[in-house]
This record gives sequence, C-alpha cells and structure tokens, in this order.
Amino acid sequence: MKYFNICKEPIDNQRVIDQVIHHNAGAVSVFIGTVREMTGDKQTKYLEYEAYIPMAEKQLEKIGEEISDRWPNAKTAITHRIGTLQISDVAVTIAVSTPHRQDAFEASRYAIERIKEIVPIWKKEHYIDGEEWVGNQKGTKQYLSGYPEGIENK
Amino acid sequence: MVRILLFAGLAQQAGTQDISINVNTPISIIEMKKKLQEKFGHLNGLDNCLTAINEEYANESSMVKAGDTLAFIPPVSGG
Repeated sequence: MKYFNICKEPIDNQRVIDQVIHHNAGAVSVFIGTVREMTGDKQTKYLEYEAYIPMAEKQLEKIGEEISDRWPNAKTAITHRIGTLQISDVAVTIAVSTPHRQDAFEASRYAIERIKEIVPIWKKEHYIDGEEWVGNQKGTKQYLSGYPEGIENK
Repeated sequence: MVRILLFAGLAQQAGTQDISINVNTPISIIEMKKKLQEKFGHLNGLDNCLTAINEEYANESSMVKAGDTLAFIPPVSGG
C-alpha cells in the first residue's frame, strides 16, 4: 500500500499505522477524521468527497516531506477516502512515528492542518435540507495570491 | 490542446469536469479563465480558486501551452 494514498474503500487504520512503525520509532500518533452529523444546527445525512487524485497524492507526499524536515526521523503515512461516506465513517487516517512522543503529537496535528490548506480534496455536505460544497474550512483567507499558504512560487 | 480539469462546485456549474481548449500559442491562466467564461458563462468561484499546471500549483500569470493540463482548484476542504 502507498504511504500517501487516496482510496475509495473503507480505510484500514491498522495498515496505515503499521506503515510507520519501525525499530527506532518510540511513539506513533494517529489522527482519524470521521464524518460528523451535527455542524451547529445543520444535520448531515452523508458526505461526498472528491479529489484530484494524482495531485492530491503528490501533495500528501509533500506534507510527509515537510514533516521529515521539521521533525527529524519522523515517518508519515496518510490515507484519505473519497466517494460517499456515512456518519461516523473514517475520512482520513494519519499516522506519524517519531523517536519521542512530543514530536509525534505535533507532527500529526501539522499534517491534518496542512491537508486543509494544500491538498485538492473537496467535501460536499448533504444536509437534511440541502447540499453544499464546503470551502475554505479554516476560514483564513481567500486564495487571491494564487498559491496556498506555504507553497513557494517557483 | 490544453486539457482543463474542473472540480467541486466549478465542475457542477459547468456540467463537465474535463474539457479541452485549443491554443495556438501559450496563454496565461488569466486569459484561459476568460475563455472558460466565454464557453460556460459566469462560473461562481473561478476568480478565487487555485490553479495547477501539470499537477503543480501555479499562479494567474503562469503560462499554459498545448499539451499541458490546467486544473482549477476551488478552496479545498479535505480532512
């Protein structure tokens, strides 16, 4: 299985975890994103995720490289599911192993935040009373510069 | 031909995800946006989406040429 993977089937969390375990790892931090039913007073029936698959996998790989640069000896695996997902289904699983626990916690947090900035994946909410493509969840700013945060102009 | 990929709300509005547009000489992404508007009418969100040429992020003044794949990437919402 690829370390940075977009899949259409349910995610096998243990397989993602197993990819980052090795003899010099002392900690594995796992982040699992699941489908939430209530967002404020809006009730979700199900979600649809779409991706620009080859580019999304490249961007996930880039996140892995950023993590290795920031946290030496970190090893990262990320799988994101697309297609139709029901409430409580796993949408994304991130596993990061590092020699010591502090780095593993920080790096897995970093990975999910970066996914929401640079990876071309989109979520469509199907609510009880309508549907909507969700955009810019971080609510930071519009993409007027043409590049997402942290992507250098080459 | 330049292959154009649209996603999420942009694809939904255009009614297609994958089209080809003929270009004789390289043109900027800004110019390509104008061509898209001519073809599909106003597309909500086209002005503030990201773009990628051949799977790498680009900016509005980047040039696309025949054989390139240009993707219009609305604000992402994975995770």
